Amino acid sequence: MKKVYVKEEVCVGCRLCEVYCITSHSKYKDVLKAYKLETQRPTPRIVIEENKPVSFSLQCRHCDDAPCVKSCITGAMQKDPLTGVVTCDTDKCVGCWTCVLVCEFGAIIRDVNNKVASKCDLCAEAGEPACVKNCPNEALVYSEGGISV
Amino acid sequence: MSLSYLTPEFKVLRDYDKCINCKVCMRQCSFEVHSYDEHLDKMISNDMNCVNCQRCVVLCPTQALTIIKHPQTFKEHANWTYDAIRDIYRQAETGGVLLSSMGNDRPYPVYWDKIVINASQVTNPSIDPLREPMELRVYIGRKPDKIEIDENLNVKTKMPPQLKLETPIMFSAMSYGSISYNAHAALARAAEELGILYNTGEGGLHKDFRKYGKNTIVQVASGRFGVDREYLNTAAAIEIKIGQGAKPGIGGHLPGEKVSEDISATRMIPPGSDAISPAPHHDIYSIEDLAQLIYSLKEATDYQKPVGVKIAAVNNVAAIASGIARAGADYIAIDGFRGGTGAAPKRIRDNVGIPIEFAIAAVDARLRSEGIRHTISLVAAGSIRNSADIVKAIALGADAVYIATAALIALGCHMCQKCHTGKCNWGIATQDPNLVKRLNPEIGYKRLVNLVQAWSHEIKEMLGGMGINDIESLKGNRLMLRGIGMTQKELDILGILAAGE
Amino acid sequence: MRIVIIGNSVAMVGAVEAIRKYDTSSEIVVISDETYHVYSRPLISYYLGNLVSEDKMIYREKDFYRKNKVETVFGIKAISIDERKKEVYLEKGDSISFDKLLIATGGKPIIPPVEGLNKKNVHTFIKMDDAKKLKEAAKPGSKAVIVGGGLIGFKAAEGLHHLGVDVTIVELADRILSTILDAEGASLVSQSLQNDGIKIITGTTVDKIIGDEYVKGVLLKNGQELEADNLIIAIGVVPNVDVVKNTSISINRGILVDNTMKTSVEDVYAAGDVAEGYDMLVESNRVVPIWPNAYMQGEIAGLNMIGINKSFKGIFPMNSIGYKNTNMITAGITNPQQEEFEIISKIDHNRKYYKKFVVKENRLVGFILINDIDRAGLFTGFIKNETDITPFKKYLLNDDFGFIYLPKKLRKAKMLDLEVV
Repeated sequence: MKKVYVKEEVCVGCRLCEVYCITSHSKYKDVLKAYKLETQRPTPRIVIEENKPVSFSLQCRHCDDAPCVKSCITGAMQKDPLTGVVTCDTDKCVGCWTCVLVCEFGAIIRDVNNKVASKCDLCAEAGEPACVKNCPNEALVYSEGGISV
Repeated sequence: MSLSYLTPEFKVLRDYDKCINCKVCMRQCSFEVHSYDEHLDKMISNDMNCVNCQRCVVLCPTQALTIIKHPQTFKEHANWTYDAIRDIYRQAETGGVLLSSMGNDRPYPVYWDKIVINASQVTNPSIDPLREPMELRVYIGRKPDKIEIDENLNVKTKMPPQLKLETPIMFSAMSYGSISYNAHAALARAAEELGILYNTGEGGLHKDFRKYGKNTIVQVASGRFGVDREYLNTAAAIEIKIGQGAKPGIGGHLPGEKVSEDISATRMIPPGSDAISPAPHHDIYSIEDLAQLIYSLKEATDYQKPVGVKIAAVNNVAAIASGIARAGADYIAIDGFRGGTGAAPKRIRDNVGIPIEFAIAAVDARLRSEGIRHTISLVAAGSIRNSADIVKAIALGADAVYIATAALIALGCHMCQKCHTGKCNWGIATQDPNLVKRLNPEIGYKRLVNLVQAWSHEIKEMLGGMGINDIESLKGNRLMLRGIGMTQKELDILGILAAGE
Repeated sequence: MRIVIIGNSVAMVGAVEAIRKYDTSSEIVVISDETYHVYSRPLISYYLGNLVSEDKMIYREKDFYRKNKVETVFGIKAISIDERKKEVYLEKGDSISFDKLLIATGGKPIIPPVEGLNKKNVHTFIKMDDAKKLKEAAKPGSKAVIVGGGLIGFKAAEGLHHLGVDVTIVELADRILSTILDAEGASLVSQSLQNDGIKIITGTTVDKIIGDEYVKGVLLKNGQELEADNLIIAIGVVPNVDVVKNTSISINRGILVDNTMKTSVEDVYAAGDVAEGYDMLVESNRVVPIWPNAYMQGEIAGLNMIGINKSFKGIFPMNSIGYKNTNMITAGITNPQQEEFEIISKIDHNRKYYKKFVVKENRLVGFILINDIDRAGLFTGFIKNETDITPFKKYLLNDDFGFIYLPKKLRKAKMLDLEVV
């Protein structure tokens, strides 16, 4: 399936991916409104790592054999059998963080305010992940089967 | 030193209605202009550090930033200008030579803009390049005195080595050291894609880029950095660098701290040592000495590769060029006084040398009058800004042009003229790994290809307009040009008529 | 082919989902003494504390059985197995024959031999009915004593605290959560409980239950007497192997299984809390009664039952558990006493952060993370993949530890879905 991959060699560490991730999962879907009007902005669904000069963002890998799905104690974490996208049903999630325990990528983020797991959904509604679309240096790519380096 | 008398050159205007405190500007500014103030819960800016490179402006997700020239002025004085006064403050504070980068930014007349191009009307009708073949390919190199053809129309004459360019544009010399690895990667790949050449400059050829050899011109400069047999033989052509338009008559100096492992390996000097390019080549004091180096290089490459010579455009350029042609060079690159640089003493950059427009016209005329024009190709350099400049340069007698500043602008350069600081926020004129990665060669090469292709389309349109279907037919065709607002002397040197004549 | 599964919890779901991925024709029969739609056992403490309503406890959608063509035999206990005749006998005399059998009967509470267990309001706490009964009995302002400060007792304490019950935990060991935490960790966690008024008594256990018809209190072995309106026995669980007694299926503590979850008898499999499978860290068989393990074992069993050979690499204990805003994630060997283990740890009393890594021969074999639990899975991954941590060992305690500290090659292989060469 198509996933988000990062070319760390050209990641500029600007964190625009985070800005647009928040925006994409906000009520207004607009940067300015998401930041200015929403008192509780969404938790970013990506992890950004930086140890200069290297930086990159990391999104859920939507593993074939997703341990978060198998380990979820409530059944909130599900993998869509057709698209392969792993999503968390926040109505069911109780914030037990078992998914945080088992995700080898550390790609599941704790939304502490709402006590639910927050993770990349590949911007299912928008069609293309917002982080990829707005990466100013094409460091993030949305592709099938890894990327050549 | 006590208080600095310098005030900010630029002012950062932040629209707080739009600023979302995302700190992208802060993370992207290598000059540390922006910072987040916890107590104010606001982004703030230190105008003093701003160089107006506009990295923050471009990356800001809400367009909250504008950078303007600082409104602070001195009492208006036509002679003691803003720059004149500030330069004195700066030197009074530091006692040093003022450094600057990129090309001469003084308001000298731009002669390209005083030249206009002809077009056909009624007679000798214009050609539509979309419907009819149009040739932009040129060959750089010495042409034989005559061509012999056998009964099958094959050329019998043994041709000297030639460089084939699909369009009369090359990327001029910029060393690895002055620009980044990624900038080189973009240039090399674009040259390959476009069927043209890029030039390593005097900093040697990185091993990763040897694969682009057939699209590479390697330089042999006074520092002889990175020069060995393999270097010479990997390339398509060799260029002896005598001078550079931005700083004629002086050498270069890459400080030891910029000589990283990678640069040291490429330049073939110890890491951390200063890379000094002497002002002259210590083995060249005459045309005869130059001839010796040209033939040494030809010998080293088995006479398979053109050897060119690059000089800065200065007084008596025509006579110098004639000497270079007679010394056996296959091409001569002439760099006008607006040529860019990664670092040059400001006074030299702004006051030494002559415009390329005059140099190219004078050299072409001189070589023609001596009957040796065909023995050498002419490459015009030093601020070619668009396709019309190229058409004018070729009509004035150039075979091709070199572009560098334009190429860097295509890669993202915003002409802040701070290359010498090594803090280029666009990842071009820097070796800082935090900054280099900002130039993605994948994007960069495509932008370069786009630029050169766009210009090539425009050149074809202009050629077609003149009723010409081959760029070679434009070469030295000064009848296609007219001058506006020039003195008779200037028109004479350019060899063109005044508009209306 | 008829596949019979005894048990209706997560191992069953793992098996059914694995089977139905490849096999839509085999019959699947699920037998359970409970009558509930498959629900999440770990959620009973959330239910108890009114954090989750009963309808939210279902682990799979309402159409799970229908969609997966599963025949359910609920409310009836499977009491024995004839492995030669391939029959499962039910408590009311019926029997069901099978081609393949999966035993996923889970665990049952350990009941200590103390006097007075038959009094009312003595509870265990592992099933939905336990939670319902306790919730009914535990009134705000009442007192509860929890015997056992392990995972079950800890979660019961949280649930009861949310109900406004005055809770005392009695733990035989010198600290609560002794199987997953060391002294430092337990002390941090204990503080957060004690700050909420939950009392913790360690180093002793119940000697006698006091009361008449109803529990009134307990007498501890140290002589202390505690009042109690409810008593929760939460000492631990043992594999519920009742159904395989009197068969040739080998049992140690749990039902012994190989790495395909097969028992000693052909066509009979076991998974989940009842199974004793391979623990890759202690390198021997062990019962690891945790939810994720049960799903994965069920899945492996399911696949092997339909002839898809897939083996289990092994499991190790791991837990994510919390009390209000105190969260902890632990895995593997967390509190070794032997010298061959290297300990890397850091405690931050201000932020109440604790991190401890247990290393053996350059491999991570266990960790404790308290409160600073983000990205814990990275470490779980290192344990599972037996990653040589030498190149980044010195960064493990960094607040921003992540892939960034891994050697570039390893990092890229992981992040870009490339094969490690």
